[in-house]
Amino acid sequence: MKISFPHMGHSYIAFKWLVENIGHECIVPPEPSKRTLDLGVRYAPEFACIPFKILMGTYLEVAEKGAEVIITSGGMGPCRAGYYWVMHQYILNELGKDLEIIAFEPPLCDLKDFWRKLHRLRKSGGLSVREFIQVIKTAWEKIKAIDDIEMRSHEVRPYEINRGDTTRALWKALDMIDKANSVKEIEEARQEGLKVINQVPQDLSRNPLKVGIVGEIYVVLEPAANHYIQIMLGEMGVQTDRSIYLTSYTRESAIINREEDIFAVARPYIKEAPIGGHGVNSIGETILYAKHGFDGVVQLAPFACIPEIVAKSILPKVSRDYDIPVLTLFIDEQTGKAGVQTRLEAFVDLLEKRRESKKRERLVV
Amino acid sequence: MIGYLGVDVGSVSTNVVIIDEKGEVIASRYLRTNGKPIETVQKGLYSVGEEVGDKVQIAGVGTTGSARYLVSMIVGADIVKNEITAHAVAASNVVKGVQTIIEIGGQDSKIIILRNGVVTDFAMNTVCAAGTGSFLDQQANRLCIPIEEFGDYALKAKNPVRIAGRCAVFAESDMIHKQQLGYNIEDIIAGLCEALVRNYMNNVGKGKEILPPVVFQGGVAANKGLVAAFNKYLGLEVIVPKEHGVMGAIGAALLAREATKKTGQTNFKGFNIKDISFKTDSFECNGCSNACEVVQFYENDELIARWGDRCGKWEMSTR
Repeated sequence: MKISFPHMGHSYIAFKWLVENIGHECIVPPEPSKRTLDLGVRYAPEFACIPFKILMGTYLEVAEKGAEVIITSGGMGPCRAGYYWVMHQYILNELGKDLEIIAFEPPLCDLKDFWRKLHRLRKSGGLSVREFIQVIKTAWEKIKAIDDIEMRSHEVRPYEINRGDTTRALWKALDMIDKANSVKEIEEARQEGLKVINQVPQDLSRNPLKVGIVGEIYVVLEPAANHYIQIMLGEMGVQTDRSIYLTSYTRESAIINREEDIFAVARPYIKEAPIGGHGVNSIGETILYAKHGFDGVVQLAPFACIPEIVAKSILPKVSRDYDIPVLTLFIDEQTGKAGVQTRLEAFVDLLEKRRESKKRERLVV
Repeated sequence: MIGYLGVDVGSVSTNVVIIDEKGEVIASRYLRTNGKPIETVQKGLYSVGEEVGDKVQIAGVGTTGSARYLVSMIVGADIVKNEITAHAVAASNVVKGVQTIIEIGGQDSKIIILRNGVVTDFAMNTVCAAGTGSFLDQQANRLCIPIEEFGDYALKAKNPVRIAGRCAVFAESDMIHKQQLGYNIEDIIAGLCEALVRNYMNNVGKGKEILPPVVFQGGVAANKGLVAAFNKYLGLEVIVPKEHGVMGAIGAALLAREATKKTGQTNFKGFNIKDISFKTDSFECNGCSNACEVVQFYENDELIARWGDRCGKWEMSTR
């Protein structure tokens, strides 16, 4: 089968390897571009949010390249994103595209359905159960290595002396991971890649601000959807940590690592927990970032996203209680980054002034 | 006399001011950008330069507004600052102890919250321009009322009608419907002012603690109808500074004063830049799949800067 999937940051490197090693042909989804947006906006319902439109555009692009199957995630709960794949399938059919979407629902929601779909992918690829498990394990190592390398790049970027060095080093490191074919090779590539990033010329006398990025999963994970906000902030001299990495919940070291913690800290602000999507997460994660001494938080919300709108109206209280500034950016079709740049520059000014005046207060005490 | 120059180039207007060392405005210009930021700045600078002549020695230049980086290349800026910070600096200078700033410009509306002289929070409209200057301009035009008199009409209203304020398109059709039903123009304009204030408070003002003194600035603050609508909504008197239309430029000049105090020198190219030819062109880089649109900036046919590339390989110093 010719298989494709949604584009989310750099994860395509691992998913491509996975699809190919199960025994299928992979149609790599292109990074969302103006064309993706044009296609998506043209065929998506007008009131759908930007993740729906970008995915719609991506699916139409991979259809042109000959994809037969798209693998994506479903979802349960109040956010309508859980039904997006159904709607996408419907629109693709209407446009006469011969494309099947296979959506994996959370295993706890329908275990049988989950296994049936996995079984189908394995069988049609011609792998034994044991080989299949091995391939999935290796792909998982790849995703972890990609996340490690990207996290490191966001730590190093604010120290870089020449703008762009870190981003170029990141691309080089990711390319190494892309070429690795076994758990051992991946580990070597990971070490090598981290070294490449660490070798970027840096000015360690700087004292970067730390900002956490929270919000809806797609716009947090896909830089092309959020104006490459982590790179933008990094080049303004800010260290960023984002709340969602595909592998973050398995990491002990990550600040945001277990959903339970997030819900527990958010509870004083929102008792009826599931408002859908990542709304509760945005609240809980803001609190966690404040507790970990971050200087500020940026919330990324697709325009008209109800879970994030609910979170946005609760965040001012969180912001006051935990003394952490929060900037909300609504994301829609606009591709001009000047507006985002202005808001981020002002936010960074605010955080810097705040840090200075806090330092002064401490000196007085 | 020593002076500092501030230039604020926004979507609709271009403002140029010169302040003295105490921060008082010596000269100012308010021009329409008309989509030509380079020419407008050249014109504004020349005209303000003619006014002050040799009397003022420019010791520092600051730029702000959405074209701040482009303009910084033209004038030789010592500091380039976003308009939120610039507005906050200017308002704190004019009204000591200001705690809330309402700023409504051509396509932006913002709220800035200050405590003890430090910006603690701000918000700016993101996906909707309803209620900003451009929309008011357009409506004044449609009603054949000069924009300067728009506010006077609003003040004459007895029963402002209710108009949908959430979206410029909906507001316009709602206004037209009310006109067709025969409501008088004063009540409709006053209704529009109230709708815009409602929309502002509900959008950028949402969740913000608005404490006095409240300063209302930006080009739209000239509209008495909106001032009255804000006073009514907030239950207090907003302060409209005398130079409300050029506060961004004043902020940039004040920031330039601060910046050059440390360095003691300026990059200012002089007022007489109207004879220099500034040109831009762009190309699409095909070094990778990002296909960045790289802008090239020429001064008298000499390439002096490039920007717009994500990776930085084309970039020459732009700030």
